[in-house]
Amino acid sequence: MLSIKNLKAQIEESGIEILKGINLEVKPGEVHAIMGPNGSGKSTLASVLAGREDYEVTDGSALLDGEDLLDLDPEERAWAGLFLAFQYPVEIPGVSIANFIKTAVNAKREHLGQDPMNAKDFLKTMRAKMEMLEINPKFMQRYVNDGFSGGEKKRNEILQMAMLEPKLSILDETDSGLDIDALKIVANGVNALKGTDNSMIVITHYQRLLNYIVPDHVHILYQGRIVKSGSKELAKELEAKGYDWIKEEVALQETNA
Amino acid sequence: MSDFQKTIDEVTQSEYKYGFTTDIEMELAPKGLNEDIIRLISAKKEEPEWLLEWRLKAFEQWKKMTEPEWAYVQYPKIDFQDIHYYAAPKETKKYKSLDEVDPELLKTFEKLGISLNEQKRLTGVAVDAVIDSVSVKTTFTEELNKKGIIFMSFSEAVQEHPDLIRKYIGSVVPMTDNFYAALNSAVFTDGSFCYIPKGVRCPMELSTYFRINAANTGQFERTLIVADEGSYVSYLEGCTAPQRDENQLHAAVVEIYAHKDAEVKYSTVQNWYPGDPETGKGGIYNFVTKRGICDGDRSKISWTQVETGSAVTWKYPSVILKGDDSIGEFYSVAVTNNHQQADTGTKMIHLGKNTKSRIISKGISAGQSNNSYRGLVQVAKKADNAYNFSQCDSILIGDKCGAHTFPYIESANASAQVEHEATTSKIGEDILFYCNQRGIDTEKATELIINGFAKEVLNELPMEFAVEAQKLLAISLEGSVG
Repeated sequence: MLSIKNLKAQIEESGIEILKGINLEVKPGEVHAIMGPNGSGKSTLASVLAGREDYEVTDGSALLDGEDLLDLDPEERAWAGLFLAFQYPVEIPGVSIANFIKTAVNAKREHLGQDPMNAKDFLKTMRAKMEMLEINPKFMQRYVNDGFSGGEKKRNEILQMAMLEPKLSILDETDSGLDIDALKIVANGVNALKGTDNSMIVITHYQRLLNYIVPDHVHILYQGRIVKSGSKELAKELEAKGYDWIKEEVALQETNA
Repeated sequence: MSDFQKTIDEVTQSEYKYGFTTDIEMELAPKGLNEDIIRLISAKKEEPEWLLEWRLKAFEQWKKMTEPEWAYVQYPKIDFQDIHYYAAPKETKKYKSLDEVDPELLKTFEKLGISLNEQKRLTGVAVDAVIDSVSVKTTFTEELNKKGIIFMSFSEAVQEHPDLIRKYIGSVVPMTDNFYAALNSAVFTDGSFCYIPKGVRCPMELSTYFRINAANTGQFERTLIVADEGSYVSYLEGCTAPQRDENQLHAAVVEIYAHKDAEVKYSTVQNWYPGDPETGKGGIYNFVTKRGICDGDRSKISWTQVETGSAVTWKYPSVILKGDDSIGEFYSVAVTNNHQQADTGTKMIHLGKNTKSRIISKGISAGQSNNSYRGLVQVAKKADNAYNFSQCDSILIGDKCGAHTFPYIESANASAQVEHEATTSKIGEDILFYCNQRGIDTEKATELIINGFAKEVLNELPMEFAVEAQKLLAISLEGSVG
């Protein structure tokens, strides 16, 4: 599904290197969690994969089903099946969620040479997905993220994910700013969307989200590198011991090297 | 240069889509403005003596006036002696059916997407099309006649309803109101007249398409709408203009008179040639005076405008709220791109008791343009419980344009309530990246964001106009966002 090899990226303006050679393999149907202390490069990795302009890729590749994402514009990456649930979704006043999602769905269909979805079919699909995610149908008439609570914003992200049916979803700190109830609702949504042919990367600072979205693999990102990978037990270890032991381990390795 | 900047620059190069001209034989008066020219215009129009006198009086006043310079716009001095004040298609006879109309002209309408045939057949909109000063065709007159509604060109109305014209012309915008209104009063050549009798609800949207179509021809349209007691009318005005090298002056006057319990809704979509994208050269100067008076109690006047064209716009559709409980509204979307400049807004003059006004202004600036909102809310001593709400929002595309807000509030009555809200935002990389990530390319994203931003105003437009307006916003800003 996703194959990242030796990915290096820096901030375009300052030239400061943030990702220092990331390697990651994600297979269809897998859920990977990427954890790490603040400033380790987690969100940068999400941004670079989605094609944010603030970063410049200096080395490596990131293939999605054999196609190098790094050669594509952000919208082309979306058409190729990449979805990023934003940590801070933007507000678009005056644009209803229904209109926004319909535009997105039809943009992809247009790219694939398909006719745009008609209003009736679209609403039918939308209602079905909203029911599955336990979202009130009135929600779709609201303006995108305009005046939304943290929980509503994240629910909107999950709804878009459900409608766009991506191959690979990256959830960037989806748990940040959520109380436990909102967290559960979002996690239930994500679990409902999990399938055998789509994959997810869950980026989180805390382990608590992983109580609800159970990962197949856990990776620890530190100083721009994946320094440790393991099963879901690794997350629990982190929860118990914090990040300090990882930092010490890395420091030790560097001294030895 | 970042991609963001590159795309912004691309917008600046997006071509004006309606840049074509129609090849129709023109009859031109010599350039220049003097009494003789005014007499010529009046004679060509076979006007009554009183109207000629009125014109000449306006001309005398105009000569004493100076061009206003307070607006936040810059343009080279206009040489008023270098303009043709009269141009008419040589073929001026009236037509019984569309078949008799010059096919060239019909083609122009088709290019504009407003073929009279289509209009007639499909939409039920009566169209009074003005091409360079002379009214060519009026449709649906019969149906309107049955209701006693008068909708015709201004020149025809002067012939057929001189009493009404004499009574109302200059009653809302006095000839000496301002420099351009005075000029218009002296040299106006045609326009539209509309009268809705007592208690009549006009069954269709009345629509006028203006089109400037002769090089160096100043356009001086005059529109007069009178809504008698308890009547209702929705009036649409839409414009596009062909591409030109020399500046074209447009100084129109629109007057609306609303009697007791009458309601007038006036909607405009303006898309005149904005000038060369690189230099700003050749665009239309749009110096318009639009004003309505809510003369009777409980009357209502609502202005809605979508302004996307012109090199320089100077325009303040206003309402004088004289009748008690009368209502004035102003909904505006003004787009400026490249080198366009717009100084537009409204005046709400509260004279009567319990009068209400509402101002929603949405300014969109791109390229190197400047977009200003200028508004006055004035509450007179006797206007007890007057209420105004103003919302002025600006959105910036790129970092070379400007948005400015000049709200003036003058209240002489302590019971008045005046609220003003203003916001400025930017179509930034964040919002575009968000859309891109959902598979929406930058052009579509801009369209989406801008239409969302302008939604409150677009919602006020009649349905078919709203669709056209949305498309226009998209065309005006094509590629403007990176």
